Amino acid sequence: MTTERLHDVRLSVNGAARDVRVPARRLLSDCLRHDLQLTGTHVGCEHGVCGACTVLVDGAPMRSCLLLAVSVDGAQITTVEGLTQSDGTLSPVQQAFADCHGLQCGFCTPGFLTTITAGLRENPEPSEDDAREMIGGNLCRCTGYQNILKSVHRAAEIQRERRSGGEPA
Amino acid sequence: MTRMFGQPLARVEDDRLVRGHGGYLDDLGSDALACAFVRSPHAHARILDIDVSGALEIDGLVAIYTHEDLDGKVGEPLPLLIPHPALTHGRTQYALARDEVNHVGEPIVMVLARDRYLAEDAAERVLVTYQNLPAVVGIPAARAAEHLVHEDVPGNVAANLRQSKGDVDTAMAAAAHTLELDLAIERSAATPMEGRGVLARWDTESNRLRMWTSTQTSTGVRAAVAAKLELALVDVDVITPDVGGGFGVKIVHPWPEEVLVPWAARRLGSPVKFVEDRREHFISSAHERQQLHHVRVGFDDDGVIAALDVRFWHDHGAYIPYGLIVPIITSTQLLGPYRTPNYRVEFDSLYTNTLIVTPYRGAGRPQGVFVMERVMDAVAADRGLDRTVVRERNFITPEEMPYDHGLIFQDGRPLIYDSGDYPASLAKLKALVGWDEFTGVRDAARAEGRRVGIGLACYVEGTGVGPYEGAHVVVETSGKVKVATGLTSQGQGHQTVFAQIVADELGVPIGDVEVVTGDTRRMGYAVGTFASRAAVMSGSAIALAARAARAKALKIAADALEADPEDLEIVDGIVRVVGSPGAEISLATVAVLSNPLRYAFDDAAQAATQFAVGDTGKPPVAEGDEPGIEGRGFFSPMQSTFASGMHAVVVETDPDTAEIKILRYCVVHDCGNLINPRIVEGQIHGGVAQGVGGALYERMAYDDAGQLQNASFMDFLMPYVTEVPAKIEIDHLVTPSPLNPLGIKGAGEAGVIPGAAAIASAIEDAEAITITSMPISPTELFELRRQKEQG
Repeated sequence: MTTERLHDVRLSVNGAARDVRVPARRLLSDCLRHDLQLTGTHVGCEHGVCGACTVLVDGAPMRSCLLLAVSVDGAQITTVEGLTQSDGTLSPVQQAFADCHGLQCGFCTPGFLTTITAGLRENPEPSEDDAREMIGGNLCRCTGYQNILKSVHRAAEIQRERRSGGEPA
Repeated sequence: MTRMFGQPLARVEDDRLVRGHGGYLDDLGSDALACAFVRSPHAHARILDIDVSGALEIDGLVAIYTHEDLDGKVGEPLPLLIPHPALTHGRTQYALARDEVNHVGEPIVMVLARDRYLAEDAAERVLVTYQNLPAVVGIPAARAAEHLVHEDVPGNVAANLRQSKGDVDTAMAAAAHTLELDLAIERSAATPMEGRGVLARWDTESNRLRMWTSTQTSTGVRAAVAAKLELALVDVDVITPDVGGGFGVKIVHPWPEEVLVPWAARRLGSPVKFVEDRREHFISSAHERQQLHHVRVGFDDDGVIAALDVRFWHDHGAYIPYGLIVPIITSTQLLGPYRTPNYRVEFDSLYTNTLIVTPYRGAGRPQGVFVMERVMDAVAADRGLDRTVVRERNFITPEEMPYDHGLIFQDGRPLIYDSGDYPASLAKLKALVGWDEFTGVRDAARAEGRRVGIGLACYVEGTGVGPYEGAHVVVETSGKVKVATGLTSQGQGHQTVFAQIVADELGVPIGDVEVVTGDTRRMGYAVGTFASRAAVMSGSAIALAARAARAKALKIAADALEADPEDLEIVDGIVRVVGSPGAEISLATVAVLSNPLRYAFDDAAQAATQFAVGDTGKPPVAEGDEPGIEGRGFFSPMQSTFASGMHAVVVETDPDTAEIKILRYCVVHDCGNLINPRIVEGQIHGGVAQGVGGALYERMAYDDAGQLQNASFMDFLMPYVTEVPAKIEIDHLVTPSPLNPLGIKGAGEAGVIPGAAAIASAIEDAEAITITSMPISPTELFELRRQKEQG
């Protein structure tokens, strides 16, 4: 019989410490989805091209289908579930997608949400070209990207509104 | 109350989805066994031996099945879903290959294990010995028939179908001018972001099957699986979870895996799940589009078409489970908005050793429109006429509606256009894109050494095909309205648009309406989501069901309020006597009254006790009546309703690199009344992006051995944001359909249909090179320039 050696990994996922015991080859995407039951992160291509599985690793957008869970031991991971504010309010990016019809089937959406969240942290006032650049590595088959671009600008706007209103963005 | 129909409401689906709380197939069944398949690495081979012994060492392996293990009907070929008299040589595959494989990716061995990693480990260790056979790849090889895909199918021809109207030969001979064109469209595919997946649970206590599948037809899967597993229909539930896109490919059923997963779940008494990976989707689901066409057209000095003779060849791949739908649609919808009095079309549907071909958004129309619009441009060029003028001269006019083409459509019904105004559409499009001013734009660009061109394409799309859809509406005692329709959703926003319809019909706040689709437990009679039919078919059925529920509510409310039902209105969930303030009763209370159950469960039931309803001379549930405020409705039209539209595109081609860039993309679209304009525009956006992909980037690159060279998102060029037009300019024309209660026509597929035709027209205009084959890459355009230079 061939059996696999397991490794202990500690992750901080959406602010909570999570301990998992996984084989070395366990992808971070599978670890999140199947070991931690955080199924909001979707897998569209398994080779890092579509971006659906994008999560934030220590704040930076990364493709969880190209990372091994053991390779991010100790890291802070944010998934789509972690974008929502603790009181249940949608984050500016989540709210913008709902406002602008930025999604249809919703499968690629989590990857766009995490990518844009990181993008707007770096560039809170994106130009049209910046917005295209920001989402240029993610595939969507439903929307033709038109309303996703609108959502980027709307998210920036909501972020500004919330900041000026004293609300946490 | 504001009418909800027509409002660009935000979707009710989205809150859940943006939080990451969707429930797609692979989000379910965390306790299920996983499966992996050993799939053929060869396009055509005989299976000599299967040795599974090496796989048995894998810890976590649960079972390995080959065709020999498949008992009963599971071991027989999969059904040919849509037979046709012309389909004389229909062949379908086995759920697991028996003696022979006919395309790369065909499943041979099913492996079940504790998780997918282990299932793949085991699958890798299964040794299959093959004897290779010659592969038939591409239409020329299929036609030549030097080798056969199936030994018992002569010429590789599954079907030959011919339709005609008028007298083509006489009209062609009499025509002042004739032209011949050879036109080709390559293979592409739907490629939704979520692939196929299926989960099955066998309940060993009740001997019932419950399954979830990422499908466009839960009722179809239910009937197919019940037949295969020899179960009563009432013992099978099929539930469609959130589906990550379909675009046609998920209408195919049952997939081999949709039969094998429930079969294994029953056999093992354990839940089983299959979720395909991206490579599997490329080589084991379905493709579309590949066709070659030879066209002869006869026309007069004014460019009016007298005769059109079309012969084409359709590559349907290794098997033909979905019948002739795609080539039949090409052969009928090719006619577009044009009169074409004398028309003949004949096609062969050919076997090749490649993946099966089934409808992908547009379903044969992009090819047909490409052919017809290339013809229009060729006639215009020949006569030295503006391309819009030639089209106008051939348009069917609004006065000619309904227009009977004298042909048989995909649904087996006469091809009769119900409504539309093509001259008005064209006028809108010309204004939107600035057609008449474009000569100046082109000349100015040329003066700067730039190559800019404009193109257009028109289409008519039969939408809302039958046979029927149904709906169930129930008003609960909370006042909430629960709606079910059987067809499925893959991102179209059905929960929103159907709720809009119900809110209006019943007079309730839209937030009180909840819609469920694709769950056979809630609605067992349904056909499926394809052919731009959901809004037309289920939308209409839901309106009818809501009207039935409303009539019943008003009858009971009238009794309670001692009023005439005619004098009642329902506003915000309250039934009121018009003009009598205070004389009112909530729908919730009416719902309680509708059910003569004697228990006061809650406040609503208590509140109801103040009203007396019913005739004391009759039993509590009178003859012919039923408890509850419920309505059922079925919509079954005589024929399809025909949406239409026109696209204009401005492209720029790089003089050095032959890169093709879209500068403007304009759409005029007529889908009758719009339930939710925001959702309709979203559908157009997505369709246009797929049209651009199909015109400039996407193709399935099979080599001569039948290996798919680009079976990944790395190599199959699906558009990113950088490949789609910066802005899609849209104008709507509304010609309501007379064929359904809401006056609507389908909108799902339209955006993709004229893309390749319009872009080809624009490239031709920019380059002054005839474009006869799509998609077109910069390399191919460069080569066409070289050929032109060499004469």
